[in-house]
Amino acid sequence: MKSMASLIRYFPIAIAFCALSAGAQPIKLGELNSYKTFPAFLEAYKRGMELAVDEINRGGGLLGRPVELIVRDDTGSPGDAVRVAEELVSREKVDVLMGTFSSAVGLAVADFAKQRQRLFLASEPLTDKIVWDNGNKYTFRLRPSTYMQTAMLVPEAAKLGKRRWAIVYPDYEYGKSATEAFKQQMIARQSSGIEFVEFAAPLGKIDAGPVVQAMIDAKPDAIFSSLFAADLAKFVREGELRGLFRDRPVFDLLGGEPEYLDPLKDEAPVGWYVTGYPWYEIDTPVHRRFLDAYRAKFNDYPRQGSVVGYSVVNSAAAAIRKARSTDNAKLIAAMAGLVVETPFGTIRYRAIDHQSTMGAYVGRLAIKDGKGVMVDAKYADGADYLPSDDWVRAHRPAN
Amino acid sequence: MTQPLLAIRGIAKAFGGVQALAGVSFDVGAGERVAVIGPNGAGKTTLFNVLDGQLAPDRGSAVLAGRALIGLSSQAIARLGVGRTFQVTATFASMTVRENVQVALLAQRGQTYALLSPLRARLADEAQSLLKQVGIDSLSERAAATLAYGDLKRLELAVALAGTPRLLLMDEPTAGLAPPERARLMRQVSDLARLAGSAVLFTEHDMDVVFAHADRIVVLNRGRVIAIGAPSAVRANPEVRNVYLGSGRDPEARDA
Amino acid sequence: MMLGAYLAYSLIGRFGAGPLGYWGGVLLAALAVGALGVLLERTLLRRLYGAPELLQLIATFGVVLLIKDAALAVWGAEDLLGPRAPGLGGAIAIFGQPVPQYDLLLIVLAPIVLAAMWVALSRTRWGLLVRAATEDREMTAALGVNPSWLFSGVFFVGALLAGLAGALQLPREPANLNMDLTIIADVFVVTVVGGLGSIRGAFVAALIIGIVRALCIGIGDVALFGSVVSFAKLTLVAEFVVMAVVLVARPWGLYGQPPGPSAIAEQRDLQVPPGRRFAIAAALLMAALAAAPLLVDEYALVLGADMLIFALFAVSLHFIMGPGGMASFGHAAYFGLGAYAAALATRSMPMELALIVAPLAAGIGALVFGWFCVRLSGVYLAMLTLAFAQITWATVYQWDALTGGSNGLVGVWPAVWLSSRVAYYWLTLAIAGGAIALLWRVVFAPFGYALRAVRDSPQRAAAIGIDVRAVRWAGFVLAGLAAGLAGSLYAFSKGSISPDSLSIPRSIDALVMVLLGGLQTLFGPVVGAALLAWLQDTLARHTEYWRAMLGAAILVLVLLFPQGIVGALGAAARALRQRGIGKRAAAA
Repeated sequence: MKSMASLIRYFPIAIAFCALSAGAQPIKLGELNSYKTFPAFLEAYKRGMELAVDEINRGGGLLGRPVELIVRDDTGSPGDAVRVAEELVSREKVDVLMGTFSSAVGLAVADFAKQRQRLFLASEPLTDKIVWDNGNKYTFRLRPSTYMQTAMLVPEAAKLGKRRWAIVYPDYEYGKSATEAFKQQMIARQSSGIEFVEFAAPLGKIDAGPVVQAMIDAKPDAIFSSLFAADLAKFVREGELRGLFRDRPVFDLLGGEPEYLDPLKDEAPVGWYVTGYPWYEIDTPVHRRFLDAYRAKFNDYPRQGSVVGYSVVNSAAAAIRKARSTDNAKLIAAMAGLVVETPFGTIRYRAIDHQSTMGAYVGRLAIKDGKGVMVDAKYADGADYLPSDDWVRAHRPAN
Repeated sequence: MTQPLLAIRGIAKAFGGVQALAGVSFDVGAGERVAVIGPNGAGKTTLFNVLDGQLAPDRGSAVLAGRALIGLSSQAIARLGVGRTFQVTATFASMTVRENVQVALLAQRGQTYALLSPLRARLADEAQSLLKQVGIDSLSERAAATLAYGDLKRLELAVALAGTPRLLLMDEPTAGLAPPERARLMRQVSDLARLAGSAVLFTEHDMDVVFAHADRIVVLNRGRVIAIGAPSAVRANPEVRNVYLGSGRDPEARDA
Repeated sequence: MMLGAYLAYSLIGRFGAGPLGYWGGVLLAALAVGALGVLLERTLLRRLYGAPELLQLIATFGVVLLIKDAALAVWGAEDLLGPRAPGLGGAIAIFGQPVPQYDLLLIVLAPIVLAAMWVALSRTRWGLLVRAATEDREMTAALGVNPSWLFSGVFFVGALLAGLAGALQLPREPANLNMDLTIIADVFVVTVVGGLGSIRGAFVAALIIGIVRALCIGIGDVALFGSVVSFAKLTLVAEFVVMAVVLVARPWGLYGQPPGPSAIAEQRDLQVPPGRRFAIAAALLMAALAAAPLLVDEYALVLGADMLIFALFAVSLHFIMGPGGMASFGHAAYFGLGAYAAALATRSMPMELALIVAPLAAGIGALVFGWFCVRLSGVYLAMLTLAFAQITWATVYQWDALTGGSNGLVGVWPAVWLSSRVAYYWLTLAIAGGAIALLWRVVFAPFGYALRAVRDSPQRAAAIGIDVRAVRWAGFVLAGLAAGLAGSLYAFSKGSISPDSLSIPRSIDALVMVLLGGLQTLFGPVVGAALLAWLQDTLARHTEYWRAMLGAAILVLVLLFPQGIVGALGAAARALRQRGIGKRAAAA
């Protein structure tokens, strides 16, 4: 009985081997990312990609051809990233170009894609510009943008009816646009008497003591933060010490992602409203299958990055299946309106702005077994937080 | 008396609490060779550094042929025709002997900012003839850094002469040389200065050299001029004897 | 420093977070870092004492790359938040404001460490010897003291204190992989602002910078002349602004002494103008490079264009560092200014014209910054260039409306006829090659000699009528123009430009290129640039731990060729020729 089961399990591999032995050229997915600059997120991301590629190849590959992942480090510099993209396109002759993390690198590679008229699947960069102000025909983006994730927190924030908000953010594009988006949407919902005090902190170098002190002096009713990683940890510690969070609701973008939540351990700030990825709470069949497969392969739990990495490979695969070809023009056509299964459920790449409808989980932080967790988490479907078609048409350049 | 080439009046300079120069005044005539002597710390080098613009004095004036020197930069003073050699030789170590002189010639003629034409041929002949005058023309292709000390002093002299100076300021021109070499070098200086019509203001420890080559001698002690005059007069001055040895001995007899 | 934090994390984790385990962990971590410092000094840095001082900086840079990857491999990618100090986890109310107890401990601890250092240096025999040895190594040796162990001791104390600082920081900041870079620049700034060699100065400088930063945050946004000025955003460069102000007003820092003549080793080999053979070789190389598109694939051309651009960038830095004798730690500023100017200019003029106009912007930058910089010398000059570069960087980073902020600008592509990879490669070859040839010509023209004269002996140069500052200033501007040209070529080759093109790592790259190739050679920077670009590309492509590999490669090269690769080749060639002469002489 057992041997029968294993036979069935290994059957797809046998098929894959047949395909390979037939001498089919592999389909190349060219992935570039800042692996050494943002290792916490991207190591998990890489594992997610590897899992997806494994599954595809075990299932017989794509168009009868195996899939090969070619991974490059873009060193975190837009200039280097463009060179690496050149290498993937002109030397490796990859069929799909994908990846990137920071906004600057994402935008530079997107512009490169436009210049060379190549499909580019931007997986992680959060900047709103990549699909809107600077959007182009060749670039598609997977993750929910800064604007979308902020929008997911706004309904809860508006419900509280607080008047004076302190906003703290890392001083670069992501933090600035999160702040802008939050202010705009709050004003739109909460008509009168709302005011904001802003605190910019250099990325990765927050002087938490003085910042927290200045925030206390500003006497806010509530706090909105887009800090993450080491900045977030420093802010949480100083804030707890000095009593900044006492009787003040706090909202933090990305704070529930395991990459940034887990290092806080038992000091995770209880009660904060966050977006993130509570892998322990999600009880959908698609996610359970993903979770089991991931744990079986890596003996570790998935992070937010794992989901993104897994989904970007599956997006590329879905596009190739839909196009029945790896031809660049056909792939671009296929991407518009493409439907993809992800651990978060079914997503769609909108034809109007090339943004996927992937969402994020919204919940509050709590401590369980000495670890920070998200509780009462609900999936916020990206489709519900995207701007109107008219707005997109007004902001996105014609192709 | 005709207008002196260089008129120094009441120059004073203090470093912290130490009065290095306390009102020094004297003249140097055109073509005249004047030695400044005095024990260590008398203010000789300070005086030279004031005269060539490296130091600003607290008080006093120095006028070279009608032009005030105080307040001008070193390079401006150099362009007025003041050549200088240093106690510790200062040459351009990464260049050949001839290039050292070529650079000096270029600077004097305002060709420093020529960007594209190679230096190689520019003024090479003039440089060579200057080197011949000081007697090291056979070394013109050598790296300046590899010269023997006496030749280095000669190179400095050639560099200083490149500006056809009206006044040569020479701080210890023979320091570090053996006695016979000193005399030879100083004779060269005298001859060349006379040939070029340059006045020479120099400091020197070796009294043989001083008394053999100075037209006049200025004796400094603790920042003041205590004697001034022809060598014979200075030699006879009791105060000078006293300063030099605390006894009645002849300063010339002192082994420098 | 970073290691201190990581080690403390591990050790405290092992010993438990009780008082004994905690402080034991902190101390042990500091000791371990101290020991590592000695190990590095004895195995690595001591081999470089004879080489240019800057080479030690490059070697340290290599070590940092190595340690970063090692920490990543050992401790993993996740930030590690250490436990709070036992008994000091709370806050005390002072004047109604809660002040963390741990901060109070640090406030007490810092002056104690400072006082201990001061006593050790001024009141003990060891301190006396250290001070003597920094003045004159041989003299100290003659006194019967082994200076080599003395220097190891200094390294031990230095690394120990750094490790201690890292470990003490742990309750306030998680151990993370970016700790090193954020700290190294700060440390340099603090030492220079205080004045090299002055412990008191360093302490005062650290205090001033800390207060200025806190003030900026405290003041926050202020309406000024009708527009809102955000002081909080100034924290990005507060320390560099402080440094620029201090150095402009006091060229040797707050408590420093005027330094020796040059930060670059006093190596003054004879520099011979390149002869006909060099010109022929260069022409042949150009011809070979021009023919390259026939032989290699398109990506090689892209990489080749990068190499050429960096070669020009490195040669421009070499121009002021070698003949000019002025080390610049902020040369990327001019590269970046050129790149941004190109990006902005293409919006209102054709690309070909923008390429010509853009370097002028860098030239203007160099004109302004240079005016202040050439007044200084040595490390102080280098640090002032860094300060200006950081201020430029921060301006670009913050000025969203003009520069696109942290995202930078996109859509900076060359004109259509130049947009193919081959065409752009040829363009780069012609412009970069031509500019390098021109710079080399200047080196051996009267101006180049004047520049070298000023470097060799400023005193003598002034005495023959050379305007020392004006010549250095002009050299600075020329180098800025050339770097700006490299920058604008870079912008058009990438189609985009972002603040990282004028950040510290880019300046360090340039330094590494020049020093790897050989500071005292003409051709060195070109070789260094090509080599570094090639290494970065190949290692990042073929190895996961490319950063460690790059660090190791730099270390090996620095150890093998302390005078640079071309410098070493030149020396070998000379030795061979001499042996040949010797043999002939023996035969005759």
